Amino acid sequence: MSTGRRVVVTGIGVVAPGGVGKQAFWNLLTEGRTATRRISFFDPARFRSQIAAEVDFDPLASGLTPQEIYRNDRFIQFAMIAADEAVADSGLDLRSGAGVNHDRLAISVGSAVGATMRLEDEYVNVSNHGRDWLVDPAYGSKFLYNALIPSSAATELAVRFHAHGPASVMSTGCTSGIDAVGYGAQLIQDGDADIVIAGASDAPISPISVACFDTIHATSARNDDPEHASRPFDATRDGFVMGEGGAVLVLEEYASARARGAHIYCEIGGFANRCNAFHMTGLRPDGVEMSAAIDAALGQAELDPTTVDYVNAHGSGTKQNDRHETAAVKRSLGQHAYEISMSSIKSMVGHSLGAIGSIELVACSLAIEHGVVPPTANLANRDPECDLDYVPKTARDMPVDVVVSVGSGFGGFQSAIVLAKPEVAA
Amino acid sequence: MTRAVVTGLGVIAPSGIGADEHWKSILAGELNVRRISAFDPTRYTTTIAGQVDGFEATAHVDPRLVVQTDRWTWMSLAATQMALDDALYNPADHSPYATSVALAAGSGGNDFGQREMTGLYRRGPRAVGAYQSIAWFYAASTGQSSIRHATKGPASVLVTEGAGGLDSLGHARRVVRRGTTAVIAGGTEAPLTPYALTCYGTSGRLTTSADPRAGYKPFDKQANGYAPGEGGAVLLVEDFRTAVERGSPQIYGEIAGYAATHDAFDPNAPAPDATHMARAMSLAIADAGLTADDVDLIVADAAGVAELDALEASALRMVFGDRISAVPVTAPQGFIGRLNAGGSALSVATALLAIREGVAPAVGNLDQPDPAYGLDLVRVPRELDLAVVLVNARGFGGFNSSMVLRKIAPADIDDLAGKGFS
Repeated sequence: MSTGRRVVVTGIGVVAPGGVGKQAFWNLLTEGRTATRRISFFDPARFRSQIAAEVDFDPLASGLTPQEIYRNDRFIQFAMIAADEAVADSGLDLRSGAGVNHDRLAISVGSAVGATMRLEDEYVNVSNHGRDWLVDPAYGSKFLYNALIPSSAATELAVRFHAHGPASVMSTGCTSGIDAVGYGAQLIQDGDADIVIAGASDAPISPISVACFDTIHATSARNDDPEHASRPFDATRDGFVMGEGGAVLVLEEYASARARGAHIYCEIGGFANRCNAFHMTGLRPDGVEMSAAIDAALGQAELDPTTVDYVNAHGSGTKQNDRHETAAVKRSLGQHAYEISMSSIKSMVGHSLGAIGSIELVACSLAIEHGVVPPTANLANRDPECDLDYVPKTARDMPVDVVVSVGSGFGGFQSAIVLAKPEVAA
Repeated sequence: MTRAVVTGLGVIAPSGIGADEHWKSILAGELNVRRISAFDPTRYTTTIAGQVDGFEATAHVDPRLVVQTDRWTWMSLAATQMALDDALYNPADHSPYATSVALAAGSGGNDFGQREMTGLYRRGPRAVGAYQSIAWFYAASTGQSSIRHATKGPASVLVTEGAGGLDSLGHARRVVRRGTTAVIAGGTEAPLTPYALTCYGTSGRLTTSADPRAGYKPFDKQANGYAPGEGGAVLLVEDFRTAVERGSPQIYGEIAGYAATHDAFDPNAPAPDATHMARAMSLAIADAGLTADDVDLIVADAAGVAELDALEASALRMVFGDRISAVPVTAPQGFIGRLNAGGSALSVATALLAIREGVAPAVGNLDQPDPAYGLDLVRVPRELDLAVVLVNARGFGGFNSSMVLRKIAPADIDDLAGKGFS
């Protein structure tokens, strides 16, 4: 559906393993360093997977008030700090409440698991370490309801930026970070908003999340070598490494962004999601539905598959995922798939569930901005069934005009989004 | 522009299993808020809730799937099947990409999550089962429904607390307009577990009354908080043209207008005034191409907290002016409890049933309407010719959503024919 309203990215902010802020993040990616390590938040000795990509995050030093920290789970804290950076980066003065029409300022936040960490911490207290099924409310904190409902993330950002337009959390598992931004773009296209603070956040590194991925062997057990544990497309990969973080993009209607002289990182040319309707966690090797999403997103952008320069892979590092999406990209791009660069930043910052889709869109925006494609770290021996150019180990200088970023998640969700230099997408 | 209509209803609610049971129950004025029976609620803020009695998951859901999913998802799957059956719509008869699932979520798989955490802390990581990763998270019901019905169209899971069901239906219209001809939307909720109820208790919005009659009493002088509840509704939203072309057995009504706003005031406290709630209503009415004068009935959000009820009354007065005293306002959820994301989906189902039957059901559990509100609160079911119904929903934190539902008239079908329908 073409409404004539184009959507551009005018601000970005990120809280990711390896550093808070877009500069630290970009340095990590372009230097090909990894932020995966042995879990420090709790003693992981009893768990199968003992590694994660953790954020060294000091919420107070990052600018949150003690009340904001007390009220909010870590995932919301990430979102607030990433949003602060993105809004400042956009040059919009949103916190003072002046300057823009706040009735047409919207919020779209993605999260796969919401306030899991706080819900688990509080559960330990009210249940007396699991002993009592009839948990005792006397030991719960005042803001437990804010934790139970992940919509609190959207509320916090709405309050923070006086956003009186539509606000929501999009929670489609591991595609949340793409879907929330795609939904935000739709709000602008459909005339429901002019500016959208869009992004995603997750902070899942807690015992219950680690345990639930342990049981299904989805995560890497390369515990003796955490730094090299996230190995997308490598023949020796053995699962994903859990991460955490948040990222926010300021989306604006193109004409008004131009009119105010905003810096434009890129245009959101198209977005589509599809379901494989197959299995909650399993993937068919043919990648048909992810390919359908890619085709639809490119179609909306009115871009031929041969114009794609870079594919930001889901690249989780599970056996089946990396083959699945390699097949999907080949199905959509044909022979051109062998000419593009494709990489997975999860090799460096891990897989932060719903957040990663937005973190990756920040990476893609910076790739277009700087003409540099981040590498796939730890890729030493390519899986013979993964036969594309995954930019092993070293970042690559190259013109990046058109990017496709893809995501795949539990529930069978497959998402694709197209970012392009505005002059290309025009 | 493409028009989106509702062709199927699936209801799992304290008022009944199935849309007909629900409708009969609220028309009869049955109070379905009772003392919580799933566990001893004595130590919790509220001890009463709307519970779905007689809901046997295995009667609706494959037993193998029952063990992999939470009660919230069982209810979503059951209501989805009912909506599809009601509409005589089988996704398998269409391209898999022609159907989407867009179920809202409010708080996820509470019972499943508490059980697995109990296992983790009592017995260690190996006690956590293989299904925790797919049962607790908010996308579980949408993902399972998509798989169960082999739908490959664009899925979504909107989370806006109590406004979620309405927002998912608003989004369903967007998805239809963007070319997916059928969308399974709405939502359910299952928060009646000790831990989730503990969390609810901190919201400051629950009734502490142990007597259901004295509990959730929206717009009553004795309003003192709400009773939570479980269940909700799933609706099939279709492209009007394809619904008619395939011979849908009924069209309950059109999603003619929808809008959402946020108070953006305080994460926990109610807004200082009704500006943004009123704006959601006005935008939804304008989106439908109508004016406030066209609205025949309002299904209120009806928080059952005096301050929030007063805000809704104030918002209605902002939008309708003095005419508000002559527009019937109802809120059958007073009989049922507030079902979080499921509640607003159920309100839409109720509104569509009211349009079909030409009857406005009464406000639930209302004894002494607060005259300060100046509203025409429906006290006993009222026969009315209903063409346009406005539904309001709010979510904790400041979410406001409104939807305008419009009856499909024979002229609408003729209009479709005039544009090439045969």
